[in-house]
Amino acid sequence: MLSTLLASVSWTSPTIDYHALAPEIILGGGIVVLLLLDLFVSDAKKWLLTPVASFTLLASFIPVVTLALSDVGARSLFDGRYEIDKFSLVLKGLFLIAGYVVVLLATDHLREGDYYQGEFWFLMLSSILGMVMMASSRDMVSIFVSLEFLSIPAYMMAAWRKRDRLSNEAGVKYYLLGVFASAIMLYGMSLLYGITNSTKLTEIGTALGESVTPVRALAVFFVVIGFAFKVSAVPFHTWAPDTYQGAPTPVTAFLSVASKAAGFVALVTVVYVGFPGSHEVWQPVFWILSALTMTVGNVMALRQTNIVRMLAYSSVAQGGFILMPLSVAGIAEQSALRAVVAYLLVYAATNLGVFAVVMIVARKTQSGEISSYGGLFSYAPGVATMMTLFMASLAGIPPLGGWFGKFAAFHSLVSAGTNWSYTLAVIGGVNSVVAFGYYGRILREMWMKPVPHGDTAPVVVQSPLLVALIITGVSTLVLGTFPGIVMHFGDIAGLTGALVK
Amino acid sequence: MDIQGLTEHSWVLTAGTFLPLVGVLIMLFIPKKDEALSKAVAIGTAAITLGIGIYTLIAFNYDKADVMQFGARHEWISVIKSSYYIGIDGISLPLYVLSMVITLLVMIYSWDHVPSPGNAKAFFILMLVLQTGMAGTFIARDLVLFFVFFELVLLPMYFMIGVWGGENRQYASLKFFLYTMFGSALMLVAFLALFFKTGAESFAIPYLIENGGEIAKNTQIWIFAGMFVGFAVKVPMFPFHTWLPDAHTQAPTQGSVILAAILLKLGTYGFVRIAIPVLPDAAMEWAPYIGLLAVIGIIYGALGCLAQTDMKRLIAFSSVAHMGFVMLGISTLTSFGLNAAMFGMVAHGLITGMLFFVAGSVKERYHTLEIKRLSGMLVQMPKLGWILGFCAMASLGLPGLAGFWGEFPAILSAYNPADGLPVETFRTYMVIAAIGTVFAAAYLLWLYQRTAFGEPTAEFSPGHGHDEDIHDVNKFEWVAWTPLLIAIVVFGVYPQLMFKVLDPAVGVTLKAFGG
Repeated sequence: MLSTLLASVSWTSPTIDYHALAPEIILGGGIVVLLLLDLFVSDAKKWLLTPVASFTLLASFIPVVTLALSDVGARSLFDGRYEIDKFSLVLKGLFLIAGYVVVLLATDHLREGDYYQGEFWFLMLSSILGMVMMASSRDMVSIFVSLEFLSIPAYMMAAWRKRDRLSNEAGVKYYLLGVFASAIMLYGMSLLYGITNSTKLTEIGTALGESVTPVRALAVFFVVIGFAFKVSAVPFHTWAPDTYQGAPTPVTAFLSVASKAAGFVALVTVVYVGFPGSHEVWQPVFWILSALTMTVGNVMALRQTNIVRMLAYSSVAQGGFILMPLSVAGIAEQSALRAVVAYLLVYAATNLGVFAVVMIVARKTQSGEISSYGGLFSYAPGVATMMTLFMASLAGIPPLGGWFGKFAAFHSLVSAGTNWSYTLAVIGGVNSVVAFGYYGRILREMWMKPVPHGDTAPVVVQSPLLVALIITGVSTLVLGTFPGIVMHFGDIAGLTGALVK
Repeated sequence: MDIQGLTEHSWVLTAGTFLPLVGVLIMLFIPKKDEALSKAVAIGTAAITLGIGIYTLIAFNYDKADVMQFGARHEWISVIKSSYYIGIDGISLPLYVLSMVITLLVMIYSWDHVPSPGNAKAFFILMLVLQTGMAGTFIARDLVLFFVFFELVLLPMYFMIGVWGGENRQYASLKFFLYTMFGSALMLVAFLALFFKTGAESFAIPYLIENGGEIAKNTQIWIFAGMFVGFAVKVPMFPFHTWLPDAHTQAPTQGSVILAAILLKLGTYGFVRIAIPVLPDAAMEWAPYIGLLAVIGIIYGALGCLAQTDMKRLIAFSSVAHMGFVMLGISTLTSFGLNAAMFGMVAHGLITGMLFFVAGSVKERYHTLEIKRLSGMLVQMPKLGWILGFCAMASLGLPGLAGFWGEFPAILSAYNPADGLPVETFRTYMVIAAIGTVFAAAYLLWLYQRTAFGEPTAEFSPGHGHDEDIHDVNKFEWVAWTPLLIAIVVFGVYPQLMFKVLDPAVGVTLKAFGG
């Protein structure tokens, strides 16, 4: 019996390029070390875990750099189901650095709140490992596994403040809607498998071709919708504000930047590699999602009085801008891919910076209200200036990073040159003006309003937060003034398997 | 990369544009309490910047004012085919140097006039950033670069109005910001459309001028529309002007001066440098409508002036009217009209800038700008009163002062618009604009009569507690104002000084119209 089974599957172990997998391997090793350390180290020495976590992230960034510099070019593993190409490398870099900044943000927050550091770092690194894998996955199974790998730890992280009802609500809401989305996506994937008899994206792409039948359209639609939850596109965004507000601030930063970016990475991969021929199905979907997402996100953000809730809606609206180029990704492949990559990088740098400031200010004012930013410029000009730069970047004002993201998005829409794309460009233009309504509100509070209760005690910027501010601030400025240095990562040639018509 | 024009000394433009940012960097390390040092460093930076500007004036080859000089082109964002492409010709040179002069003078004026709530360091830093944005806009020869500089001025001005402004400052600053941003968003889409319709080859303006004419006329009209909104908001043209009175009234004196003298010109400059030469067919179609809005602006601005009770608001409305003359000159698409418009831009910068300076000083002395409470300025402060009179005369276009050479030729140019434009329509505009000058004389003289003539009102007469505040022009004011006053006279008596720089470059701009 056993021998017949063995004979039927002639198994040969695939050759593994260890250099290519080094980031994942280092991360995995770090996770194990963290778990063990947490078990055996006494409470007084728990602080050791933080440097281990940050060291792991930085160490796994090294092979990302060496891979990017190596002459070999794109590396293909496991029968082309796992690709190490330019596109994946830049996003791996993004996830790792964003993770490192979140560690900086969370360090003191966790220690002061006594929030189970060991478990937290373990979960966060696992989630980042999932993201890093997502960037390379070119197979529905590995995409799904990566997605769950990055999501499940995030559900727990959102509910990290055990005794806080809001935090619990955040976790439960995120979990329930996340699972719901996974189910829809799985249904779409199963349909795809049924139609094409393959889980490999390139094969699905070839098999689907350009023909659109109802069942094919439905399959594509479900997969796209599943990821729309992940990137909190309207109308699948309802979890975001509550989860963002309830979760601990560093976790919110993590969710709104890294987790969202991972969702977009998955969207780009399935759309470019899996369904390039079905663009007639997904382009209109993205058009509608994008228009709705930025408009609703903006209008809701205008009404918020809590800073984190406002940032949650702002993050929803920014997601709408990142969706914009995807609505023409079937016509203007190159330009749209560049726009998404550029926007993700800029958005990550800026938004993490914003959360660093939010944490610095909240430590002093003990308040999450926007009005607590009153007069910040008068007693903390440095922090207020940084926040001004970040807000200007989110609003898309040159020469700060955000303008280039928007520029690239408009670039792809106009290059498509259809009436629909022009319409979306105008909607996007109007929305970027509306967005200033709430970004400008923070600026007004900081620069023009009096200090609430006359409390002008100076804010304390702890050194990890200062480092985070410097990293994000410099990135925001450099990406805005010399965006050319990262743009080649958006080359369509750097996305292995992308079918260019 | 190929560069059109002369490339000697190309460093002067880069240095002149970015030097203020170096000053900002230094100022970041000066403690906030050491206000005198902050001011000194800022003024020093502005002075060196102006020094470079004057060097540019000297080294400029006036025999070749029609070609771009000090040109340079370096890689910048090569994936979107945008480059750091700069240069300066007869059209941009006066505005470029004017921006440097105004910044320095405003800073000198600010030495003892930092508006409430203080914080000289931040105030001066913002002015330096503004300077970089303004100068950069005038040297950019690449649309993306132009856009970045054009937008760079937004935030500093927003803060200047919003933090250091009058009572309604927050409303005014937000209105200013949202209007401008809305215009820029549409302008950006128009720029991109232009880029793709010319073959997605380059954002360089010379390239676009060469190839823009081949775009189908209908498309041109749409692209022009996008740019029109962006530039018209900035000018501001009727009906996009409503942010201006609020912004001017609420802005601190320094903000008003910079706004009037330079920022408004970014819009008209955009028309002359980009919209018209790149999209000649659309410009022909749009010209009558631009002319119409321009004359509406002239009359509306004048009537608005007559209705004002606040001196600063009156000057703001007069800006709408004056920019109307500039736009009328531009809309004729003739060399004569464009020369007048360019001259008008500089003249308006000098004169209205001066008027806002005077208004600021009046406010500081009387703590009010309400016209009916002011009277007898000539009795109490003869020098300030005379300066106000001088500026009012210049503003209403008295021959012999700079204002005349912007206004009169602009009206005259409407008599003979470019071939293909409806002559009767433009002649009608000419008559309306001429009536506008009568209104201008009326509101300015009326303003002068009410504020300067007669005896001081009871509340401000000697012995009523205001004697300490009410003093004549002080030394910082003299230093800041004298160059402007001299320039108004010099350009008024010898306008050829500027026309000879402008004319060749204007000719190139209008090449597509056979002008």
